[in-house]
Amino acid sequence: MPLLEVKNLHVEIADKTILRGLDLTIEKGQVAAIMGPNGSGKSTLAHVLAGKANYIVTQGEVLFNGENILAMEPDQRAAKGLFLAFQYPMEIPGVATMTFLRTAVNAQRKARGEAELSTPEFMKRVREAAGQLGINQEMLRRAVNVGFSGGEKKRNEILQMAMLQPKLAVLDETDSGLDIDALKVAAEGVNRLRSPERSFVVITHYQRLLNYIVPDVVHVMSKGRVVRTGGKELALELEAKGYAQYQDEAA
Amino acid sequence: MTAEVRTIKTAAEQALAETYAKAKGTLPGAGTIATLRDAAFRQFDAQGLPHRRVEEWKYTDLRALVRDAKPLAAPPDASAKATAGKIAAPFSALKPRQLTVVDGMFVADQSDLTAEAGLRIGSMSEALVRGDALVAAHVGKVFETADPALALNTSLMGDGAVIHVAAGTQVARPIALIFAGTQDAAVFTRSLVVVDKGATVTLIEIHESGSTQVNTALELVAGEGARVDHLKITRAGALHLSTLLARIGARTAFNSFAFTRDSTLVRNQSFVRFAGGNTEAAIGGLSLLKGKEHVDNTLVIEHAAVGGVSRERFRSVLEEQGRAVFQGKIIVAPGAQQTDAKMLSNALLLSDDAEADNKPELEIFADDVQCGHGATAGALDEELLFYLRARGIPRQEAEALLVQAFVGEVIDSLPQDSLREPLMNAAVEWLRARG
Repeated sequence: MPLLEVKNLHVEIADKTILRGLDLTIEKGQVAAIMGPNGSGKSTLAHVLAGKANYIVTQGEVLFNGENILAMEPDQRAAKGLFLAFQYPMEIPGVATMTFLRTAVNAQRKARGEAELSTPEFMKRVREAAGQLGINQEMLRRAVNVGFSGGEKKRNEILQMAMLQPKLAVLDETDSGLDIDALKVAAEGVNRLRSPERSFVVITHYQRLLNYIVPDVVHVMSKGRVVRTGGKELALELEAKGYAQYQDEAA
Repeated sequence: MTAEVRTIKTAAEQALAETYAKAKGTLPGAGTIATLRDAAFRQFDAQGLPHRRVEEWKYTDLRALVRDAKPLAAPPDASAKATAGKIAAPFSALKPRQLTVVDGMFVADQSDLTAEAGLRIGSMSEALVRGDALVAAHVGKVFETADPALALNTSLMGDGAVIHVAAGTQVARPIALIFAGTQDAAVFTRSLVVVDKGATVTLIEIHESGSTQVNTALELVAGEGARVDHLKITRAGALHLSTLLARIGARTAFNSFAFTRDSTLVRNQSFVRFAGGNTEAAIGGLSLLKGKEHVDNTLVIEHAAVGGVSRERFRSVLEEQGRAVFQGKIIVAPGAQQTDAKMLSNALLLSDDAEADNKPELEIFADDVQCGHGATAGALDEELLFYLRARGIPRQEAEALLVQAFVGEVIDSLPQDSLREPLMNAAVEWLRARG
């Protein structure tokens, strides 16, 4: 059974149709890149998977481990192992990063019927994961993303992913706004988490990120559907030729 | 000021006039104090209870909200006196010196009156009766205002605490001033705190007044180079009118914070004059409201000298049909150059039926100043909630975390760690109870 199956998904937001019969399958342990021009529906797909309100599914289904998740709350989906790394991580004034991580980890454990992590165990895991991402103690004490640079915010997303250990991580344009060094740090963070038990959907506009997170498969989206699927070389082809041909194909 | 011609009194106004007529012969203090009372009552009687057409009381229409004025409370019995014992418990870690006022009467045997060099503590009613010099010098003179709630307090003031901190004295233990109400009656308490040059004191004022109608006032004089940290905590099941009058000298540090929860109808009004140069002040408040609770924080800050820095920061969290009012007026007098005043008020509305009224005002008569104000009223940010929920935090818990953060930010503006913790605990307790 695939980890994720999206079948004939149609989604509207504010009376505008964004996804028009999208089909997508992600295998367990697979790293899939989703590329496509602006407005093709990549971020909409990410948000619909995570359960954002205001996105109205008019048709189709999304099976995660064989279970339809469309009726689930965002936090229920997260507890099932779905993670969205935001393109624009939110700033949460007044909530320390450490508190946020701990609340999230324990909420998911509770939802799965697992015991909460003890303080020493939690601290050990945070220190290790943060250290690998170059996130220091001072940043962990600060309010979530408040005053963080673009690179720090993206690293914080990866830290959350490392702590939550999802089954499927959807990275929504994690490369946007990052310089090459910050991009490498983020990519290394993702690569460390690659495992046969964990899948990734890497949404990106550019091929550059895929030099560092090498995908098993590349899907091209256009006008709300997957219009082509290929190997990692497809990303290079897109980089060379642009998206123009896919805009025609979908029309 | 134009005198309003009024022929018809409300039942409450009539009752207040009767109360004053009946009580004036037995209220503490003769001579100038009696004259002060009479003048104050004449002023109140002419004004009547303030209503929505009185700008300063626009959002807290006492004429409409106060249906009855209860009779003056009787002296408390032994069991009433004992109720005050536990009120300061959240601050027990600070080992405060506890002073107790029950049903409007200073209770010496429930107060810690052990001697301390440079510190004088006593009862206001005794001070009024014996014509205490400190009281004569300051009561009714700290900040001149024609406010009707204060006029009523001055007319009927019964008891309270008088605290004098002599020059250079650093009072180590905070002073907890406990006001407990146990009767279905009215109390008019008045206190005076005089902190002389270079002295330091922390004052924690806690009001738990049940169904007692309260009109309380505190006059505070801080001398040059003094430091005063003042925290007022209010839980009031009935009308609670509170006035802080403060005159702050040069190079003082003054912090005042009002925390209000579980209160039916509260008006906290502060009148603060920075009389000396280069003062620093932080004046703030946090109100937590549910049901049909109404909490009004009204502030008049007068920068009357050069180089004053003040920060005004008020927040409220509103559930159900709660109504929070913030009025803040900053006056910069001619010549009060290099004044730096910033005022911020934020209301978090957790219900469609809650209401927050913000009225910031700046009156600036000097040309080299920095003054600013900001006000917001809104619901929790749905995008933020989604971010938290996408991490697995259920909606209710995510909301609680964001509300706690909102509250925590203003509590963090308190100058002492030891004051922040009990407040945060009280706020969290309130948040948990909202379920």
